[in-house]
Amino acid sequence: MPARSSLLSRYALSGFIAATLALAPLAASAEEVVNIYTTREPGLAKPLFDAFSEKTGIKVNSVFVKEGLAERVKAEGDASPADVLMTVDVGALLDLVDQGVTQKVSSDTLEKAIPANLRGKEGEWFALSARARVAYTAKDRVKDTAITYESFADPKWKGEVCIRSGKHPYNTALIAAYIVHHGEAKAEEWLKGVKANLARKAAGGDREVARDILGDICDIGLANSYYVGLMRSGKGGPEQEAWGKAINVVLPTFENGGTHVNISGASVAKNAPNKGNAVKLLEYLVSPEAQEIYAKANFEYPVVPGVPADPIIAAFGPLKVDNIDLVQVAKARKAATDLADKVGFDN
Amino acid sequence: MSLVLSPSPHRAPLTGSRLVRAAAGAVVLLVLLPLAALGWTALQGAPDLWPHLIANVIPHALYETTVLVLGVGLFVAIIGTGTAWLVAVCRFPGRGVFEWALLLPLAIPTYIQAFIYVDAVHPLGPIPTLIRTSFGLRPRDLWLPEVRTLPGCIILLGLVLYPYVYLSARAAFLVQTASVLDAARTLGAGAGEAFFRIALPLARPAIAVGVTLALMETVNDIGASEFLGVQTLTLSIYSTWLNRSSLPGAAQIALCMLALMFALVLLERWGRRHQRTGSIGDRARPPARRTLSAGASVLAFLACLLPVLLGFVLPAGHLALAAWKRVAFHGVSPTILHEAANTALFAALGTALALALGFAVVVALRTGALRSGLALRLASLGYAVPGTVLAVGLLVPLAGFDNLVSHLSERLTGLSTGLLLSGSGAALIIAYVIRFLAIPIGGVEAGYGKVGVTLDMAARSLGEKPGGVVRLIHLPMLRPALATAALLVFVDCMKELPATLMLRPLNFETLASHVYSEAARGTYEDGALAALLIVLVGLVPVILLARLSRPRQG
Repeated sequence: MPARSSLLSRYALSGFIAATLALAPLAASAEEVVNIYTTREPGLAKPLFDAFSEKTGIKVNSVFVKEGLAERVKAEGDASPADVLMTVDVGALLDLVDQGVTQKVSSDTLEKAIPANLRGKEGEWFALSARARVAYTAKDRVKDTAITYESFADPKWKGEVCIRSGKHPYNTALIAAYIVHHGEAKAEEWLKGVKANLARKAAGGDREVARDILGDICDIGLANSYYVGLMRSGKGGPEQEAWGKAINVVLPTFENGGTHVNISGASVAKNAPNKGNAVKLLEYLVSPEAQEIYAKANFEYPVVPGVPADPIIAAFGPLKVDNIDLVQVAKARKAATDLADKVGFDN
Repeated sequence: MSLVLSPSPHRAPLTGSRLVRAAAGAVVLLVLLPLAALGWTALQGAPDLWPHLIANVIPHALYETTVLVLGVGLFVAIIGTGTAWLVAVCRFPGRGVFEWALLLPLAIPTYIQAFIYVDAVHPLGPIPTLIRTSFGLRPRDLWLPEVRTLPGCIILLGLVLYPYVYLSARAAFLVQTASVLDAARTLGAGAGEAFFRIALPLARPAIAVGVTLALMETVNDIGASEFLGVQTLTLSIYSTWLNRSSLPGAAQIALCMLALMFALVLLERWGRRHQRTGSIGDRARPPARRTLSAGASVLAFLACLLPVLLGFVLPAGHLALAAWKRVAFHGVSPTILHEAANTALFAALGTALALALGFAVVVALRTGALRSGLALRLASLGYAVPGTVLAVGLLVPLAGFDNLVSHLSERLTGLSTGLLLSGSGAALIIAYVIRFLAIPIGGVEAGYGKVGVTLDMAARSLGEKPGGVVRLIHLPMLRPALATAALLVFVDCMKELPATLMLRPLNFETLASHVYSEAARGTYEDGALAALLIVLVGLVPVILLARLSRPRQG
């Protein structure tokens, strides 16, 4: 082998080994830890993890894996360090259960705190917070105070609707709920109607709906409830505060139901090396203290009855949660994305 | 592959050649590993998927991808070649600055460019707001170009990808001009004729290399096209996998695309199989630049200014403004320096390894240890695989290896080693190497074009061993090519997002993953500082690259 190139590879190799050693998890560490793989942006969960560590002395290690979380845990197998798997969107959570990377947990604390419809029957998954898919309307241009999801297809909104990708999990769950309520054929009609009303491409994020309403690109849109808190509280800076103040929030309902609510939640990983700590973390996350952080720092609806929502969120009015089962919604996901493809919602 | 790397006429086994061949084989295997894993995944079923895809997804995705590829290809070829020609052979005010400034857009990742433009070309963006308030217009009264369209995507991607073409085309123009163009001009060819009939055909391989790199980036892009709402095939793979939880389905589409890309690369090479370029040797001298008339100077100036302005100055300015606002509001994230250090360290490790391995493969071909260039094309395949797909493909073999080692160690010593590769940053570095190996291979291959095979023969006939030839003759002559490749790989590793997101260990963030997690929350502005840092750190190699590619005078 040419001398120089072997020299080069030797340098590279030693660097490589050094990096591996430096970064390899210390197997023999005595410190109490819990390892979290999350599809949730770390910024949102960090205040909760910090509070948990302070209270219990258990160190929280986390990695934000937006996509491929199930594949990664599955591939890692027995040696996986993951203890807790966290997701936003009920479909993503049930997917983890279906793919067999979770384990059942029985905990009185969890069962007592979380209403039965917001957790797996046998402790396969637990909802930790909830968010509603709500209507943002232009404060100065739209006077409607009662809006149904069905009405987004009404031609009166032609060229006035802003929404993110129809294949984003938040919208997939909404379309799935529509299918559960009205069946696939009607859902397809509806989706075509909404598509025809779009003011711009179905892309970007939820906050952009508010920004685009202030920028007069559209008059109405669908987005998650907590973004309103993040914008209006001024936490996102003065520009976002202006977006948040340009909109009214209406809690839409299905004609024969209530407001569509999705969850963020968690499961304990199948091969969790620190299962005890994982359960401790979940139990902490449904404590009134943590639920209040969910409400105050993230502006989500607490899942534990009795913990109030943040005033900004409470001001939307009473939330009448839709009556259909979350598991049913998760099951209709595939049909929902097929529909989004079929009507070319994002095209 | 033929001409520049024609193996030495004597194929007698050379000392060490077996070792080189083994090394090259190992590299090819490393690249094929995730692809094989994908192939295996693809065989796991998902039969119900295709009717749906063919009816509802693929026609549109194929259309958008085709238009995108043609559009970006044309855009980067015209801008890259045109500006390269101007700065290489013409003299006009600002030429010296444009020579390096035209490379700057390379520092801006496509996804960041998309965020910036959607933000800037919005009724509430700084410039539209200024216009509106000055003229008392309401938002709907001011027409703004729609960024979230196919043409918008073509322009945004083209603006940051044309430097690939500029870089290689300019290098080609610089070596050919003196010897060939002067002759053409002496024989009475006009400037245009000399360009279209002589310079352009001669530079075609170089332009093709640049366009190929730009197009692979285009086809692999997920961040920008998702944000702009352009439904490419890659995005379809992605949403098929995520929304239908169908990894086999996604792997099937990914492999189809890969086959398509591979066919394109081979087709391009086949198209110029008969081209031979003579050895230019050391007599290539910097071109005698032609002074342009006043009118032409203005046009040339504008032609070079626009790509720099729209590709770099304005977006970087917008980003700097956004970052400044955020820092004033939020302060600086305490972890950002750590993330910057992670980014630099991993990019450096990835670069070093990619360079060493890429070099080894090309050397294997040059010294005759390998007989066909197929190994080079195979080892370059990683560049054609979207980062996410590559990461998924790597998960299984790497974690499998880790589990094997861990079980063995547990049996032998009672201690589990945990996830040796996938739990450390090693997985990430392996992914970077596989993904970007094409760059050093292409660079070194092109560099060898200027090292005549006769030199090897001379050295060998004087008794030098092949290893000595590589060390004493090739390496010094290839230094510029290696350095260029190193810088490009470094910038690419630094910007790499999808594989980084999926494979990084616990508590590990890079600047790119930081930007993405902010973007995922819809708070692009909060990622502005990290994005700006990516651009700034990326500028360092870009500036080095500009200095390096300047022709030596005299």
